Amino acid sequence: MSTDVAHDAHHHGPPAGFRRWLFSTNHKDIGTMYLIFALVMLFLGGASAMMLRAELLYPGIQILNPDLYNNLLTNHALIMVFGMVMPAAAGMANWMIPMQIGAPDMALPRLNNLSFWLLPFAGTMLIISMIAPYIWGDTPVNTGWTLYPPLSVQAGIGMDFSIFTLHILGISSILASINIVTTIINMRAPGMGWMDMPLFVWAWFLTGLLLIMVMPVLAGGVTMLLFDRHFGTAFFDAAGGGDPVLFQHLFWFFGHPEVYVLLLPSIGVLGLIVPTFSRKPLFAYKPLVYSMMLLCALGMVVWAHHQYTVGMSEAVTNYFMIGTILISIPVGYMLFSFIFTMWRGSMTFETPMLFAIAIVLMFSFAGVTGVMLAVVPADLQYHDTYFVVAHFHYALIPGAVFGLYAGVFYWLPKWTGNMYDEKLGKIFFWWTTISFNLTFFPQHFSGLAGMPRRIVDYSPIFLEFNFISSISAFAFGASHLLFLYIIIKTIRGGEKAGDMPWDGAQVGTTGLEWTVPSPPPFHTFEEPPVLKAK
Amino acid sequence: MSSQVDKNKVVAKRLLLAVIGMFGFGFAMVPLYTLICDVTGINKVGDASEGRVALEDVIHGGVNEDRLINVEFDVTLNGDLPWDVEPEVKKMQVHPGKAYEVVFTAVNKTDDNVITTAVPGITPWQATEHFSKVECFCFNQQKLKPREVKAMPLKFVIANELPEKYGTVTLSYTFMNTDRSKVNKKVASIH
Repeated sequence: MSTDVAHDAHHHGPPAGFRRWLFSTNHKDIGTMYLIFALVMLFLGGASAMMLRAELLYPGIQILNPDLYNNLLTNHALIMVFGMVMPAAAGMANWMIPMQIGAPDMALPRLNNLSFWLLPFAGTMLIISMIAPYIWGDTPVNTGWTLYPPLSVQAGIGMDFSIFTLHILGISSILASINIVTTIINMRAPGMGWMDMPLFVWAWFLTGLLLIMVMPVLAGGVTMLLFDRHFGTAFFDAAGGGDPVLFQHLFWFFGHPEVYVLLLPSIGVLGLIVPTFSRKPLFAYKPLVYSMMLLCALGMVVWAHHQYTVGMSEAVTNYFMIGTILISIPVGYMLFSFIFTMWRGSMTFETPMLFAIAIVLMFSFAGVTGVMLAVVPADLQYHDTYFVVAHFHYALIPGAVFGLYAGVFYWLPKWTGNMYDEKLGKIFFWWTTISFNLTFFPQHFSGLAGMPRRIVDYSPIFLEFNFISSISAFAFGASHLLFLYIIIKTIRGGEKAGDMPWDGAQVGTTGLEWTVPSPPPFHTFEEPPVLKAK
Repeated sequence: MSSQVDKNKVVAKRLLLAVIGMFGFGFAMVPLYTLICDVTGINKVGDASEGRVALEDVIHGGVNEDRLINVEFDVTLNGDLPWDVEPEVKKMQVHPGKAYEVVFTAVNKTDDNVITTAVPGITPWQATEHFSKVECFCFNQQKLKPREVKAMPLKFVIANELPEKYGTVTLSYTFMNTDRSKVNKKVASIH
């Protein structure tokens, strides 16, 4: 305690009122704010998806005009990727990483405050981007989240707000990543080596590095877009000698690793949940860490498999095809590692574990369609159809979103001190997974039959698939009201959880979060914990 | 404690340097992209100056009178470009190694000056390096005064090296309005 500031912060409770939140440098409070922000965004993004599905219930144009449809589509993606999954994962990192590695707080607490408080501004900006066309009478942001020029150069003023949204979100997640990586490098409790860290910490370490590598490239790309729009440059404008395909390369150089940014934290959560409820240590922990590293390295160099149809030479497409198919090796390894952890474990099926098992099944399915899409001649047929939509929703909803839900159920007792309602949790699990599958499984068929993405209308021959999809999507959306209810109910009270709500965590995981009370006091590990000798 | 803070600052600064470096890398991609495409020949299709050669450099193998290649011409007007552009022929048959000239006629239908850029593309793209333009309106921006009609010549040679399997080559031009404010206005409509 060398300074007065540190002294103050450590010997008083949280300040009262809004100051506690606005000026917070406490990793737990900031984590909570991240999670609440993500929850709000989940409902915003979900509401836009519900409107899209309502429009697609029948062929023809019923409730949304084509531009508004495409605007909602863009916002759905941006909100879910940048507003929901990434902040939720960052919230969990804030809450859990210092507690798991025995650190008193994040390495740079004030930076932590800044990286959270940028988010509400970005969210506001995103909403302005949507209403701007109605104020200034311009085209809405109708490009999809990929923001491809030339359309994005021509779109109205809403696009400028979208670009600034991405800038702010980018700065926020870069700062958060710097903070998390620094925390993991410097703040581990004495005696906790790199290979003793819980898998979630490893996953976030690699996620943070990935974000530091790729997020600035996206920022550069959208900055060029902004320059093309307003300052007469021609980075992407063919009329001035630029090349729109360059943007696609910049975007996907970010966009493909981004998939692993979304995925890895959830893999990290699974790496704790599966051992806990199998009551066995994680099978082959070290190779699993190496396979995550391999995944990140390969993920950085295969971006152009999103662009097979732009007219690259055969040699280049072959390279990207082979690289992409290679990715199935580390991913397959991860899934096998989870399966072998369950093998002959004394398993119980609480809600987090149910999610974990479902994720292993459904994510493998996304892996299979991923290999199909990686194959160039096949992809030329699947490109921009609903098959792609089905593929990446199978990858991202089980791979990222359900992983976060599992994490919420797993740690909610630790965060609140109360057990969630197990019966409601199980109802939520079955409701959400069944309706998810009914929503997206039919889209494989409509995609293979040739239904294109990002279009407000469709041929009546796809009616049945879309009708099933839409009705199930409404059920999927509604299931989240139950999710919200479970969370609120748990916060308000319930059976006391105890320090170690999951008995299996003792044998299954190495994190220190179970050594502190539930809910944890405002400050934990002010003195570094002493790790038991192995 | 203070040494811990210093250590954190060192690591955070290094990571921040990485961020700045990657931001720069994004911009370095612009010249690198062009360079890589030039060296590897991935993206010759979109390059307007590609194929600009002197006539004597192309006709070295002589004219192959035995081989005929179909050449098709295609024009796309981008956005709301208020022009009409027509090639004098839609398709023709050419011998490799021989120079041909085709005139494209452009009409400005407005009472304003309009400046355009024409971006060529060749299908199949593998034919691009064998399709040489000796003279082309795509080498420069084209300006038409109000209501002006202009004949724009294209002089080209297909090299003898064009693989036998390519019997038909399509040359497609996309004309773009360089005045972007004009482009935006028309696209901009919410309904």
